[in-house]
Amino acid sequence: MQLININQVKNRISKRLVSNMVFKWIFVLGTSLALLALAVLLVRITMQGAGSLDWNFMTSYASRRAEDAGIKSAFVGTIWLMAVTAPIAFVLGVGTAIYLEEYSKKGRFTSFIQMNIANLAGVPSIVFGLLGLTIFVRELGMGRSVLAGGLTMSLLILPIIVVASQEAIRSVPTQLREASFAMGSTKWQTIVRIVIPSALPGILTGNILALSRAVGETAPLIMIGALTYIAFLPENVFSQFTVMPIQIFNWTGRPQDAFQAVAAAGIIVLMIMLIFMNSLAVFIRNKFTKRY
Amino acid sequence: MNNQKTVRQMIQDNKASKRNLGNITEKVMPKFLLLCAIVSVLTTFGIVFTLIFETFNFFTQVSIVEFFTSPDWYPMHSNPSFGIRPLIMGTLTIAVIAILVALPLGLAAAIFLSEYASDRTRRIIKPILEVLAGVPTIVYGFFALTFVTPLLQNIIPGLSIYNALSPGIVVGIMIIPMIASLSEDAMSAVPNSIREGALAMGATKLEVALKVVFPAALSGIIASIVLAISRAIGETMIVTVAGGANPTSAIDITSAIQTMTAYIVQISLGDAGYGTTEYYSIYAVGMTLFVFTLLMNLVAYYISRRFREVY
Repeated sequence: MQLININQVKNRISKRLVSNMVFKWIFVLGTSLALLALAVLLVRITMQGAGSLDWNFMTSYASRRAEDAGIKSAFVGTIWLMAVTAPIAFVLGVGTAIYLEEYSKKGRFTSFIQMNIANLAGVPSIVFGLLGLTIFVRELGMGRSVLAGGLTMSLLILPIIVVASQEAIRSVPTQLREASFAMGSTKWQTIVRIVIPSALPGILTGNILALSRAVGETAPLIMIGALTYIAFLPENVFSQFTVMPIQIFNWTGRPQDAFQAVAAAGIIVLMIMLIFMNSLAVFIRNKFTKRY
Repeated sequence: MNNQKTVRQMIQDNKASKRNLGNITEKVMPKFLLLCAIVSVLTTFGIVFTLIFETFNFFTQVSIVEFFTSPDWYPMHSNPSFGIRPLIMGTLTIAVIAILVALPLGLAAAIFLSEYASDRTRRIIKPILEVLAGVPTIVYGFFALTFVTPLLQNIIPGLSIYNALSPGIVVGIMIIPMIASLSEDAMSAVPNSIREGALAMGATKLEVALKVVFPAALSGIIASIVLAISRAIGETMIVTVAGGANPTSAIDITSAIQTMTAYIVQISLGDAGYGTTEYYSIYAVGMTLFVFTLLMNLVAYYISRRFREVY
């Protein structure tokens, strides 16, 4: 008497092997579809915008006529916004990270701050816009200025910077700190001269990536009331301003087809800026990060 | 000669003053750093109190019962009606379409990268996938309006220019990397010994992936999905550009809708004066949005903590 039916077993094994193969290709297909979406997005926008992208586009102000429209005021506005956002976010974010990693004692207060930062990272950007509109624009009377926009953006990217800086600081080995203490340096001296320099590549990478997020953000600045149609450059931090994503949003909303090409050209400029920032971040990470 | 200090004295003075300065820095810097850390807490309080305070102002002008039960959202009507339901329905419609797109693609990518792909392939493909998360949302909005919508109009003749389907799909594309990347992390964290055990018992790679690794990583996978939904709910520019401005409770993905986020943008682009009911209404809507996303984030946090398999 045969306990095992050989045919049945063979049948089942081949079925399992077939479904293994089929599913493997389904998974490959799913991954390829996602990559395809990215490729289509990039190619399509390049094709739409390349025709409008020239030096005139970079040096002209916004215009009612598509052929004259340029991105100068928005580009300069984005640079201004970065100039305000970067130092504030850097000091606050890295400061918080140093405090959490080097000074704070494990306890309720620390885990409360930690949990709070994790939650802030999940708050939709438009809610930060409501905060900025209420606190900075109205209560503190900053108006629709670069300063109000920059402060709002700093708070928006703060969680990203804190988390990245914390990881960078954590990766500095304890032996380095102990060696520094053994040489007679104080805590602060150790932090400034040993920990920060070792963690700097990671911290910078995190900061640049966070800033590139701020460059692409639209919604909070619409809330702040960054204007879409200005033919002047910001003169100081109290000036009104516009940024590239808002300018693109404005062009996208116009009914004429010609403006869609202009919007696509604006997107190309924005994307080139983002690619540049991201490459810089990757370069710093690969070039300067030390492995211990 | 009496006034002149010896070199030794000068050195000691110098040391003392340095030590003094050093001592002050040593004491002041922790306080300063603590202040930095408190800013993040203040931000949260700022958000919560701003929303509560202005929402309260809104409810002095509109009854809270109307807000939750009225079926219509006509803020700019001569006889305005403020029922949040249409905006929530619009938001959920987008979120459902997005997750229907992102879930299969994201999970397929996660399983492929974690179980099938070689180390080299994974190191190349994962960062490229994550680029999808770094594309500014306004770019996606433009893409939805000028590419996906016309494409869909060829397939579905009755599709209006502004509709729920196109931004829903594009939001889905945007959140693919969240699901793929976080789920892949969770699946990669499952120890190899477990995989090898299953393979040694004669399981195929598919069976290892679906019956061993997937259940072991389930808490991380679910957390990633919940986070992705939360991101889809809070997404603003794609739905503003391509979704239209037509708050409706009717679930019709081929016609225009309005989400909570799109409404907030619409009002702040218009000239609703400070102190008007419309002005306060954006805070009530913002509050609803905030509560939705906060709950989802907490759920994700709880799931990933509570149900994590520890090896």
